[in-house]
Amino acid sequence: MNRGRPPNRVLERGFVWLCFFATLLPIVVLALLLGDVVITGVGRLSWDFLTSFPSRNPDEAGIYPAVIGSVLLVALTGAFALPVGIATAIYLEEYGKRGRIANLVEINIANLAGVPSIIYGLLGLEVFVRFLGLGRSLLAGALTLGLLVLPIVIMASREALRTVPLEMREAGLALGATQWRTVRSVVLPMALPGILTGSILSVSRAIGEAAPLVMLGAATAMNFVPDGLLSPFTALPIQIFNWTSRPQAGFAVDAAAGIIVLMLTLLVLNGAAIWLRHRIQRRIFR
Amino acid sequence: MPRKRLVGSAARERSIERALLGCASVSIVTTFAILVIFAVETFAFFTEVPLAKFLFDTEWTPLFADAHFGIWPLVAGTLLTSALAIAVAVPFGLLSAIYLGEFAPPRVRRILKPTLELLAGVPTIVYGYFALVVLTPMLQKVIPGLAGLNALSPGIVMGVMIVPMITSLSEDAIQAVPQSLREGAYALGAGRLATIFRVVLPTALSGIAASVVLAVSRAIGETMIVAIAAGQEPRLTADPRVPIETMTTFMVQIGLGDAPTGSLGYRTLFVVGASLFVMTFTANLFSHRLARRFRER
Repeated sequence: MNRGRPPNRVLERGFVWLCFFATLLPIVVLALLLGDVVITGVGRLSWDFLTSFPSRNPDEAGIYPAVIGSVLLVALTGAFALPVGIATAIYLEEYGKRGRIANLVEINIANLAGVPSIIYGLLGLEVFVRFLGLGRSLLAGALTLGLLVLPIVIMASREALRTVPLEMREAGLALGATQWRTVRSVVLPMALPGILTGSILSVSRAIGEAAPLVMLGAATAMNFVPDGLLSPFTALPIQIFNWTSRPQAGFAVDAAAGIIVLMLTLLVLNGAAIWLRHRIQRRIFR
Repeated sequence: MPRKRLVGSAARERSIERALLGCASVSIVTTFAILVIFAVETFAFFTEVPLAKFLFDTEWTPLFADAHFGIWPLVAGTLLTSALAIAVAVPFGLLSAIYLGEFAPPRVRRILKPTLELLAGVPTIVYGYFALVVLTPMLQKVIPGLAGLNALSPGIVMGVMIVPMITSLSEDAIQAVPQSLREGAYALGAGRLATIFRVVLPTALSGIAASVVLAVSRAIGETMIVAIAAGQEPRLTADPRVPIETMTTFMVQIGLGDAPTGSLGYRTLFVVGASLFVMTFTANLFSHRLARRFRER
């Protein structure tokens, strides 16, 4: 220790401020960058931009197929990842607690959560696109993104299941309900809001993913809208990627406008999740 | 007939449990599928290209007529951008963790923490746009000789993105340091700074290290930022001003073109992917170990 020297108060204050600014700076940088995007892109935002197809002329290009693609993709991803993820969470929390299989599943989830998203793209390419013969389709994309968000859905759902007090389960079982009946009628209704919030947050991650979809071979320019599960597709991040990589300045403006749409979508989804959590916390934990 | 009903419901219970187990095994199957795919494609690759050419060649030109398959230029690109990102993320992440864990009044903390988390929620494609369209032109005014595509700009942007990862895990580690240790230091006459640097941080060290290693893993696997802003020119260099190519960018490059299934180009995709997987998996495992050692202490 600094033997015999009294602590230097000025240095201390200085360090506290340094830490404070170090916390603030990345946030400020992000805010400035987003501000720059808004200034660049907001002029391009219009109904036409949302409802037009991509074009060689940056002033006429729109994001219609990308928006539709992203919406369908997220809906399908949720339809796949939510049931499987919630069921897995129920198994781990309510059934297989100390079993060998449960242990194996846990190790796998922890591992999969750390796998880079582009690797999921390779998995989807080999398994869904080629082996199962789904082609470069909407369904292949959704299944791939589903696997990608699955670990997050599982972790969020487990968290929610853990908030249900053990006594509630004991009460259900003591009333003669079977285990599944207890889960279905007691545990799930209490945990559902938390599960929903976590799930919305996890699935919204899928909206911003570009790398796995690029690996699957998602279309970079589409002049039609997907008309079925096996139809080719594109998505907002792919469209933004395509525009960002082009040299003409006009496309950078299109990319900025696309980013505004993407960020607003994320904001709405996250807002909904937080609002849901807030409402539910009030209802249950009064 | 209560007994019969019981038998029926017991069977139902069992089939439900099996169905749940079936869902749970999806994650096992996923890991397994990843490993099998990499094993098969990598094996096929090395029947065509000797391992020595992969490990000892210093050029990566798999799509040229004069094909070279030395992985190191790609690894160098990946490590360069990751190192830049870590150089940015560690000081900011650590200082913000100290601030949130030791200094911040509860009200400030309640606002700052979720706001900082937002950084991790922004899609990487957006950060890629920032790096290429906003940051690179700004840096070019200050740094002479900075190419339009370079390692520096995506490295910095990636650093900003992974700050919250380091902050959140390091703060957990700092908060887990027992209050009694701090009180002991104060009782010995140490000031706040001495307490933080001589007692709290050393105690939390393995937890903090775990967060940094996890951030390294994240940076290695990051794709869109480098694919947009770092270039597609594999080269063995530590110069952050010139275009390079990372492992992930190469994968995107192949993904955008269509390499026919079974071709050597298609297989390089999986060989690079497998190398990437090994690197991130090792980092994750290492981080996990460090975190566990911290918890045991």
